[in-house]
Amino acid sequence: MNNDNTNKGVAITGMGIISSIGNNVAENYEALINEKKGITRVENVETIQRDEIMVGEVKYTNDELIAQLNLPPSNNYSRTAMLGAIAAKEAIADAGISDIKKYKTGIISGTSVGGMDMTEKYYYEYLTEKESQKYIESHHAGDSTQKIAEQLGIEESMVTTISTACSSAANAIMLGARLIKSGKLDRVVVGGADCLSKFTINGFKTLMILSDTFNTPFDENRKGLNLGEAAAFLVLESDKVVKAENKKVLAYVKGYGNANDAFHQTASSENGDGATLAMEKALKVANLKPSEIDYINAHGTATGNNDLSEGRAILRVFGEEMPEFSSTKAYTGHTLAAAGAIEAVYSVLALRHNVIFPNLNFKTPMKEFSMIPQTELKQKELKTILSNSLGFGGNCSAVIFSKEA
Amino acid sequence: MKKVYINSIASISSQRTYDNSMFLDEITDYNASVIFAQDPDYKQYIPPAAARRMAKGIKMGVVASKIAMDEAGIETVDAIITGTGMGCMIDSEKFVSAIIDNNEQYLTPTSFIQSTHNTVAGQIALGIACKAYNFTYVHSSISFESALLDAKMQLENDEAQHILVGGVEELGEHTTKVHCLINHVKPESVTISEVLNSKTEGAVFSEGANFFVVSNEKKESCYAELVAVETFNTLKKEKVSRTIENFLEENNLKATDIDVVVFGNNGDVDFDGYYNQLSEGIFSKAQQVYYKHLVGENNTVSAFGLWLASKILKTQTIPEIVKINEIKSSEVKTVLCYNQYRGQNHSLVLLKKC
Repeated sequence: MNNDNTNKGVAITGMGIISSIGNNVAENYEALINEKKGITRVENVETIQRDEIMVGEVKYTNDELIAQLNLPPSNNYSRTAMLGAIAAKEAIADAGISDIKKYKTGIISGTSVGGMDMTEKYYYEYLTEKESQKYIESHHAGDSTQKIAEQLGIEESMVTTISTACSSAANAIMLGARLIKSGKLDRVVVGGADCLSKFTINGFKTLMILSDTFNTPFDENRKGLNLGEAAAFLVLESDKVVKAENKKVLAYVKGYGNANDAFHQTASSENGDGATLAMEKALKVANLKPSEIDYINAHGTATGNNDLSEGRAILRVFGEEMPEFSSTKAYTGHTLAAAGAIEAVYSVLALRHNVIFPNLNFKTPMKEFSMIPQTELKQKELKTILSNSLGFGGNCSAVIFSKEA
Repeated sequence: MKKVYINSIASISSQRTYDNSMFLDEITDYNASVIFAQDPDYKQYIPPAAARRMAKGIKMGVVASKIAMDEAGIETVDAIITGTGMGCMIDSEKFVSAIIDNNEQYLTPTSFIQSTHNTVAGQIALGIACKAYNFTYVHSSISFESALLDAKMQLENDEAQHILVGGVEELGEHTTKVHCLINHVKPESVTISEVLNSKTEGAVFSEGANFFVVSNEKKESCYAELVAVETFNTLKKEKVSRTIENFLEENNLKATDIDVVVFGNNGDVDFDGYYNQLSEGIFSKAQQVYYKHLVGENNTVSAFGLWLASKILKTQTIPEIVKINEIKSSEVKTVLCYNQYRGQNHSLVLLKKC
C-alpha cells in the first residue's frame, strides 16, 4: 500500500451472528462468558454418522428459518443462504442502517458448502420431480450471497463470494477492508455462512479428523474437530460515512494477511510456514510489533495437524512475547468458511468487553511445545487481537482487530 | 496509482486456443448443446502420475497458468487469484453420488479433497511452490471479474508486481443434465453459425480455463492496459446503457470512444436483449464482436472475452468469425467487454492499447 492511510484501520460499525451458541450477538456473548458449549448430536441432517460425531448445530429447522425470514413457499433458499441472511440483517440493524442505498454498499461473503445441502437432498430427485428443481439454481456458492444481498436491498453493486475453504470469511473481511481503503465502496458487509451437510460430515469423516466427542483445541490428546454451522457478518464503513453519520465504531480492522502454505492440498506444513507468513503480513499492514498484540484468537480446530502447525507458527511469530491465546472452536465447532467471521465477532466482543474467552476442554499440554491456552475467562485490557483462519489448499489468513484506528 | 498491464494470456477452450501463436485461424464447428474444451498436451506440463489424479478443471487451470507464466517470462508471482462459478464439479459429483449410492459408507477422501473450490489455485501454488496471496472467487458469472478487480487493486497500490489471474470451469455430467431440465441448456443442438439466431431458451454449456499475468510493469509481451473493472449484482435491462455510460464517464470516455465492444451474447432468447439494445443503441457505431458461439457459456467464459479483447488489441486484427457488424477503423485503441448471465451478475472491463 502506498498511501498515508496504510496503518489506519477500517471501522466496524455493526455485526450479526447466528451459531450453535446463540441466534444473535447478545446470545453468543452470554454463552461465551458463561462457558456454554453448543456441541451436541446432529438433529437437522439425516446421517448415519449421527452417533459417531458431535456437531455445533443451529437448532432451527429450515421451516423455522423460512418463517423467520418470511420467505414465500416458492423460495429456493439453501440453509447457508438463510443463516447468512439472518446474520447479515442483524449486522445492518446493529449498524443503524435504515437506508442501504444512501451510500455505495457492497457485500462480500465466504462459503464452502453453498447450496450443497439441497443438492445432496434432491440430487437424483431433480431428474424426475419438478417440485425440487427450483433448488438446482441455488447450488452454486454465489447464490447464497446473491440472496443475502437481495434480503438487504443491495442492488447494482459489488456483490461477490470467496471460497478458500476454512479461511473464506477472513478473506472476505480482508477484501472488504481493502475495498474501503481504496475508495471502491463506502460501506461493505463482510462475513461468511456455511450450513452442516452430509457432504462435509462425510468428507471430514473420510479424512479421519472428526472427533467422536467434544473437541479439545491444543490438547495433547485431541481427537479431531466437531463440524459446526453458522453465519456472521460485519459492517465496514469508510471514515467519510462514519463522520457524516456520526457512527459509533465498535472496533477497527487494523491489519490482514493471506499466504499459502504450498505444502499439501489438505494438510498444513509441520512448521506452519503459511500461517507464519500470514501473521507477519497482518502485523506489517497494521504496523504493529508482535508484542503489541494482546490476545490471539487461534484457528485451533483440535485436529492433530492444525494445532501443531498453528502452534509452531504462533511460536515463530511471537516467541517469548506470546500473549494469551485461545480457540473458541470448543464452543461452536469448526464452522468452516464462516469461522473467520464468527471469530471476528468474538474478537470485537472481546475488545469491547476487555475479556478473553477461554479455550474450553483443555487438559494436557501438547508434548511438542509448552504453549498453554487461556483456559479460564480472563478480564484484561485489550487493544489489539489477532485472529487466525487456516484452510484447505494451504490457505492461511490472519486478521488484526483493534480498539483504536 | 500505478497502471496495470495484461502481459500474457492463455486459453484452453472449445477452440484450439492454447497455442498463443494462433488467433482463431482454424475454427472447430460443433453441432451440440454442450461442448467440451480441447485438450492441450497435458504431459508437456504436468507429470503423468500427477495428471492422472487431477480432474479436467484442475489440469486445465494448471496448464493455462503455466502457458501464461511462460509467455510473461516469469517463474513466480506475487499472488494467485482464480475465479470459478461452479468449482470442481467432477469431484463434487463423484463425492455426492458416492454418499447417496453407498448410504454414506465406503467413502474415500480424494474426491472430497479435490472438490473444494480453491483446489485449482492451491494446486497452482503447490506446483510452483508459491507461498503468496491465494484467493478464489466463486460468484457465478462475475467470479473471474472479482479476481481481476482484486488483482488490479493490489497492482495499482504496488502491493504486488505480477499476479496470475484466471477463470476455470469444468463440465460435470449430472450438473449439465439437471441444467437441461430447467432449460438453462439449449433444448436443441446448434452449430456455431446458428447460436445467435437460435431463438430458443438456454445456452450451449461449456468449460475451459483462461489465465493471464497482470503486472504493474509493462513487459515486451504486453497485450493491453487494464483500465477499469466493475461488477453489478443486479441491473435492470433498461438501466444498462446509462450504467455503461456512467462507467465510461468515470474513465473520461464516451460510448463513441469505444472502438471494439465485446459482447457476451449466448443465443438465449430471454437474455440476449441486454446486448442487442446496445448494438442498436449506444454502440451502433462501434465494431461489435462476440465469442460464445465459439466457446459456449460457462461462469468464467467472460475471461475468454478478455482473451479475445487482448488479442485484438495486440494483433490489431479482428477475425471475421467474431464480428457482429462491420465497422472500419484504422486503429483499435479502446475495447470494452460487457457480460451478464441470465440477467444477473453483470461485468464491465475496459482495456486500452498498450
